[in-house]
Amino acid sequence: MKGMTIIVKTISSWVKVLIFLFGIYIILFGHLTPGGGFAGGVILASSYVLLMLAFGREFVEENLPLPVASKLDCLGAFLFALIAILGLVIGGSFFVNFLYQKYLPGEALSLISAGTIPLSNIAIGLKVGASLFMVVLVLSIFRPGVSGNEKE
Amino acid sequence: MAIFYILLLFIIIAAIIAVETKHLLSAVICIGAVGFGASIMFLFLRAPDIAITQIVVEVLGLIILIRACLSRELTFISGPREFFGVVVSVAIIFVIFLAGIKVFETLPDFGIPIFAEAPEAASQTYISQGLAKTGAANLVASVILDFRAYDTLGEATVLFTSIIGATVILRKKTKKLLEDPDE
Repeated sequence: MKGMTIIVKTISSWVKVLIFLFGIYIILFGHLTPGGGFAGGVILASSYVLLMLAFGREFVEENLPLPVASKLDCLGAFLFALIAILGLVIGGSFFVNFLYQKYLPGEALSLISAGTIPLSNIAIGLKVGASLFMVVLVLSIFRPGVSGNEKE
Repeated sequence: MAIFYILLLFIIIAAIIAVETKHLLSAVICIGAVGFGASIMFLFLRAPDIAITQIVVEVLGLIILIRACLSRELTFISGPREFFGVVVSVAIIFVIFLAGIKVFETLPDFGIPIFAEAPEAASQTYISQGLAKTGAANLVASVILDFRAYDTLGEATVLFTSIIGATVILRKKTKKLLEDPDE
């Protein structure tokens, strides 16, 4: 698939930045406004899906190869588990909000507040974005009947 | 309140069309109509978090489904139905219908939160002390990432495992685990 016409390519190359920034905003302000890690991650993935539909699969695979997306996915899951285990080590119980209770109370309604909740949002956003991007990429690579017979 | 029933009627009609139509692309678009109707309903019920998540996931899922419909040869499964299977499924649907009537008698009216009828519910604690105990202004974030973070951990694990399965099954190059002895 070589992509769509030049109109679609130009528009989507402008819009992709806005979609990506909106996803980052949804993730970072997840503890203050509606949204959060899951919705922001899906928005990040959908900006790459827009690029894939407009420019073709090879363009996206050059920008964000499948192994890199896999590493981002694992990094997000690892960060989320690390926050939980740090709560067990420092705070005394699994998933306790140790940053808010001990070290960084922050000011309510400001960006730096709520302890581990923004960090968990970032981890989940990374994980969900990378994994949904991988789903779309893998599904578009897969062709029934073709895979596995290439070497013969 | 009338807007809810109009939306419900729209969703039900779209769902029935999605089941009954023969054209697969029309069925996918009707499923999308169901999802967007649900997200508008969440918005009117003052749940913007769920509305955002619903509409975003719906868009991504529709893109995947429509691409799958456009680029594949479609096979329709049809044929005579077995008598025993029809009887069993009708009986199960009837039992679920009766149980559903019993359940819906206990629920409050549509659009009224369930903790309005249970003052000692745990959600009252979340609402009154969520900001003081977690510091998050968005109460939904404080519930899913602090009070009920185990649920989010399970969700992340399910997503992680399913992605591993998808990448292993659908990959392009197959790795040979065992070498052929002839070669």
